[in-house]
Amino acid sequence: MTSSLLFNITTLLYLASMLAFFAALVNRTKSFFGSAGSFTAFGGLLLQTIAIGLRWKESYTLGVGHAPLSNLYESVVFFSWTIVLIYGLLDLKYRYRVIGAFVMPFALMGMAWAHLGMKSGIEPLVPALQSNWLLYHVITCFLGYAAFAVACGISIMYLIRENHERAAQSKKESIVSTFPTSRVLDDLNYKAIMIGFPLLTLGIITGAAWANYAWGTYWSWDPKETWSLIVWFIYAAFLHARITKGWVGRRAAWLSIIGFAATIFCYLGVNLLLSGLHSYGG
Amino acid sequence: MTTNEKSWPQSIRDFFCSLKLTMFLLITLAVISIIGTIIPQGSPPPEYLQTISQNKLKLYQTLGFFDMYHSWWFILLLSLLCINLIACSIKRLPHIWQTITQPVLVMSDGLEKTLSSRTMFITNGDSSTLRDRIAAVLKAEFADPVITIDGGAFHLFAQKAPWSRLAVYAVHLSVLVIFIGAIIGSLFGYKGYVNIIEGQTISNVMSRTDKEIDLGFALRCEQFSVAKYPNGAPKEFKSIITVLENGRPVPDYTNVRVIVNDPLTYKGITFYQSSYGNAGDYFFTVSDVSGKEGATFKVDRNSSVTLPDGSSMHIIEETDDVSTFAPALSGPAVQVEIHDQRGGAEKVIVYANHPELNIQHAKEHSGGLVLQYKGSQKRMYTGLQVAKDPGVWVVWLGCLLMVVGIYVAFFMSHRRIWVRVENGTITIGGNASKNQAGFQLFMEQLVTKFKKQLPLEDNK
Ligand code: HEM
Repeated sequence: MTSSLLFNITTLLYLASMLAFFAALVNRTKSFFGSAGSFTAFGGLLLQTIAIGLRWKESYTLGVGHAPLSNLYESVVFFSWTIVLIYGLLDLKYRYRVIGAFVMPFALMGMAWAHLGMKSGIEPLVPALQSNWLLYHVITCFLGYAAFAVACGISIMYLIRENHERAAQSKKESIVSTFPTSRVLDDLNYKAIMIGFPLLTLGIITGAAWANYAWGTYWSWDPKETWSLIVWFIYAAFLHARITKGWVGRRAAWLSIIGFAATIFCYLGVNLLLSGLHSYGG
Repeated sequence: MTTNEKSWPQSIRDFFCSLKLTMFLLITLAVISIIGTIIPQGSPPPEYLQTISQNKLKLYQTLGFFDMYHSWWFILLLSLLCINLIACSIKRLPHIWQTITQPVLVMSDGLEKTLSSRTMFITNGDSSTLRDRIAAVLKAEFADPVITIDGGAFHLFAQKAPWSRLAVYAVHLSVLVIFIGAIIGSLFGYKGYVNIIEGQTISNVMSRTDKEIDLGFALRCEQFSVAKYPNGAPKEFKSIITVLENGRPVPDYTNVRVIVNDPLTYKGITFYQSSYGNAGDYFFTVSDVSGKEGATFKVDRNSSVTLPDGSSMHIIEETDDVSTFAPALSGPAVQVEIHDQRGGAEKVIVYANHPELNIQHAKEHSGGLVLQYKGSQKRMYTGLQVAKDPGVWVVWLGCLLMVVGIYVAFFMSHRRIWVRVENGTITIGGNASKNQAGFQLFMEQLVTKFKKQLPLEDNK
């Protein structure tokens, strides 16, 4: 059994999970589809966990042993894993299954892109990445990013639902009326960001600690660092928005979507479009 | 004069206390930080001129776009953020402090109406028995209550984690602490670099602003080496370094290994492996186009020599095997730059194994001098980054405060419960600063427990 086979099955399970959630939206009399969506997602998560562990082990067999977090392929796979993990936690705690319909596509896109568009070979670590800080830094950052992905999915759902509520009354029987109410979605959005913000903060701090340990400067305004700070500012604005009148609801949802767009730029755009010290990408 | 008009100091205070300003500052900082990630920071002006016009260069320079994170307007925005933060805290803290240290012990009708969670039921029995039973349940399930008598009724008050309300202020304070750490670092520390050739000893380093800094001790590079993976990718860059005091090696700092991700720290100054190169001598002969052996001379990597015709030459790049660049050729080669006396400059590749190409080049160019490359004598140098930052511990302290503060602010909640026992009527109210839904659930279970413990005529 190789890790790449397991990764392929995982991708299929995420696809199945997403389709089941779509079915749950359309067919709201049967709770079967929602549960099926969740269970396939959990199954995929379990399989992917095993696959990541296996890939880790395979790298030792190849004599270049390191955690599978060292290039774009491995990071995208790990990103998908964290998205499903965070979704799973929210699902277990709050049981609003259907948000899976807006979250699983992110995980699926990650897996599909990694496996169709990237080289998946295990490569040795360049000297700059040979540090335990890599592990702490990448894990905290990606868990944060994943929570923001979930929040973004919820915010899109919120905007659709809120539009529907405003147009309201006339057409009661539409797909949108299966969504949780806009108040619930607004609250879930906040909860997801409450998970993501501390993790991103930890991610930035571990990054700074690593930079200080490896280069003697905890902050050098490298594009990636700056973008992570931009993301952090946006979510700090989101948190304060809830205390200020007039910045809740739609505007908060938009802040969350813009925040995730900035997150994706920080993760991918910076490597593909700007130059700097971070060596992922390409 | 209308009462709406505010005095000057008052409106300034309101301006700095407003959360609208906070939103404005956070979003503005996010948006303008983008500029510095698109325009490369701190490159020398000629590099910019390759992509933008002279006028734009002037404009960007005046606006500080090439070092924008240190420009006056960026610092101004950060200062405004700090003032906003301090002003907001000063305004709100006394009230919060009072909530924590002087809790409201009695649930008045006014307070009752504001509570998110309220229940009332009627029971029978003697008031002081009811009071004791309720107190016992509160103590077992929640927290030890304070009991007050007011207006002929017993009032019980219990709370948990009141100090969690301070967490937000700890987070805000942490931002200031981190800034203070950064300021200490920039006032009392420095960043620099130094290149040391194998066997050489240095005691000065160059700061980023091109000032020489005396270390107060000396550093010798014993050896530098590069290890590679089988596929040719670099595996390890390693310097062996010895620290010397008064010319004598310091015992625990002799032959220390310095690699990427594993620096050397001595007396608060840290040295990081960052680059390397060959500082050795390069040997050439020079003759006329007839091609007979000419005089030998050497050039070292960091200086230039004057050739017989008065032009000068220095080394740009070397390779041990040109075939990686030009598959038809082989052997070592160097790229040199020759400046003639009229101010012209020319880059030339000089080969070791292909004298005919060197002659051909000389014939095609006016100079007529033939250079032949005779190889080099390698002497590696190691490039170390040097940093001293006495403020870094303050920064980590701020980070720790921030992480703990955020955790408490998000995941802990100040919960308060009031109970009024009045003529057999029990009124229970409570609220929580976070996670109201969870608290509601807890309150429902608590009320069930009360009911179990009390003699009761439920008049539902
Ligand atoms: C311009 C600067 C800032 C001002 C004036 C400001 C002001 C405030 C105020 C008034 C509150 C509400 C406190 C309460 O509920 O009583 C708050 C909450 C908070 N602030 Fe700030 N803040 C600023 C910057 C920041 C920054 C840079 C961070 C970054 C970590 C931050 C993190 C928080 C957090 C985590 C909360 C709690 C939010 C929640 O409970 O959802 N603040 N801030």
